[in-house]
Amino acid sequence: MKILAITEQREGKWNKASFETIAAAQQIAKDTGGTLSAAVIGSGVSALAGELSAKNVAEVVLIEHDLLKTYTPDGYSLALAQVIRQMNPDLVVFPHTYEVRDFAPKLAASLGKGMIGDCIGYRHENGKLIFVRQMFQGKTAADVTFAGAGPWFATFQAGAFRADLAANHPSGKAPVNKVAVDLQPEQIRTKPLEMFREAKQAVDLTQAAIIVAIGRGIKAPENIPLAEKLAKVLGAEIAASRPICDEGWLPMERQIGSSGQTVAPKLYVALGISGAIQHVVGMKGSRTIVAINKDQNAPIFEVADYGIVGDLFELIPALTEELEKAGAA
Amino acid sequence: MKIIVCIKQVPAKDAPLAISPDGTWIRETDIGFEMNEPDSFALEEALRLKEKHGGEVIALSMGPARVTQTLKEALAKGADRGIHVTDDKFFSLDPLGSARSLAAAIQKENADLILTGLQSDDHGFGQTGVLLAEILGLPHATIIMQIEAGDGRLKVKRELEAGWFQWVELPVPAVLSIQSGINKVRYATLKGIMAAKKKEITTIPRESLGVSSEATQKLERIYVPQKTKKTEFITGTPKEAAAKLVEKLKHDARVI
Repeated sequence: MKILAITEQREGKWNKASFETIAAAQQIAKDTGGTLSAAVIGSGVSALAGELSAKNVAEVVLIEHDLLKTYTPDGYSLALAQVIRQMNPDLVVFPHTYEVRDFAPKLAASLGKGMIGDCIGYRHENGKLIFVRQMFQGKTAADVTFAGAGPWFATFQAGAFRADLAANHPSGKAPVNKVAVDLQPEQIRTKPLEMFREAKQAVDLTQAAIIVAIGRGIKAPENIPLAEKLAKVLGAEIAASRPICDEGWLPMERQIGSSGQTVAPKLYVALGISGAIQHVVGMKGSRTIVAINKDQNAPIFEVADYGIVGDLFELIPALTEELEKAGAA
Repeated sequence: MKIIVCIKQVPAKDAPLAISPDGTWIRETDIGFEMNEPDSFALEEALRLKEKHGGEVIALSMGPARVTQTLKEALAKGADRGIHVTDDKFFSLDPLGSARSLAAAIQKENADLILTGLQSDDHGFGQTGVLLAEILGLPHATIIMQIEAGDGRLKVKRELEAGWFQWVELPVPAVLSIQSGINKVRYATLKGIMAAKKKEITTIPRESLGVSSEATQKLERIYVPQKTKKTEFITGTPKEAAAKLVEKLKHDARVI
């Protein structure tokens, strides 16, 4: 199987999820007896191509054009479609980043092909590749296969593969091959302006040793002081899943998950958080995870070390009281 | 401005999900359905744009007869009319098949703006908006946190990762996928619910759109995921469970 892995960079800096995808693609190449090419796309990114060539890939494909300096969905789709037509891979893999979500389905559709997005793994069974993804906000998993001829398109969720397991090239360096693409300014219909940050992040949750995080189960902002009291007794930072911050019950800077911060404290207490994948990717690296939820089938329990099924509004005060007794803080 | 909002109906958030006997979908009997939450943000944004700039908001949904309920909710909130692409086997369509079907319905309308939510709470592919743009030959932008419209152009604020944002300009017509949390979603008023009764929902059978249902991918089976960690469940009264948990955190996990 001929595999093409597309990496992601912005202003000459890697998105680290790229190397998770390289690790995934190396494994698929090994399982299927295939070859792996890895592509870098942008402008002035030959240094990155050089870095990538130290990984165990058959070749690095360098796709450069002035019109690819800043990401646009039109520019990236048109350029990659040309490269894919030329290389004719069986499988094209990407990291499931915000940028990839923005163009990869378009790229696949422009070639009349489909994409299996946000995969958490794959299996190679009886010569067939089966991609595993989550559905119903993580309540179920699904096995999905491609129908029809390639190229097939798949994206891998952040954290599904380990970037540090991306193997180095056995004999030093893979060749870097430049592929020319033809782009015209009028083909690019969107005009990206400056990137910016809203406000300085005042809270760095990544440094917290203990985090108490709340989700929809907290029901109303009036109930948040219950969780804050527990956090205080534990010496923890308070955080939340996206819906709580969307409601404005806690500031956005306290959001954990794919659109917020990624944390790995020694203790993470998830209160009334169902465990949608967008949240779990931001906290699953925590050393010890406690989940309290009324639904025993909540996906958060899949990553929890300790679980209590029950009523938050009884359990939070009880836990606070027991911790005070034990002199936790 | 003529705006089409694509709205999916999905199982209710707290619905107990049971997998169907053939293992390829869930049992739809006995569970409630609701408007896909990310799409409710797109609908709200469409209604706000109409209030500001005038025009029409059309709610578009695909699925079996039950979908009418969700379209009525959209009309009660202020959409002017609904389009229901009917298909009982809708759940078995792949993202490209869904998008081609929706695009065929959209093409008849000549809209200025097509809005979708970020992703659905059932399949969760998050591809529909981007696919619609490609199929309809329109520019697009996704994960939108703010929209400024005027003079045949749009300026939209995209959310990037790790706290970054970016303004992007694009011409209309265009497709935008709206980020959840962009606005505060309104409730339907009694007046709105009454007004909705007089609003029209056009029904289009999906097979009449001439879109093949040949899929690029196949959902082989769905199942309860295997646990990556062994969870120790702690039982008892709240007081007992809390005391046991504190013991374990102190002496086994040693994290407090």
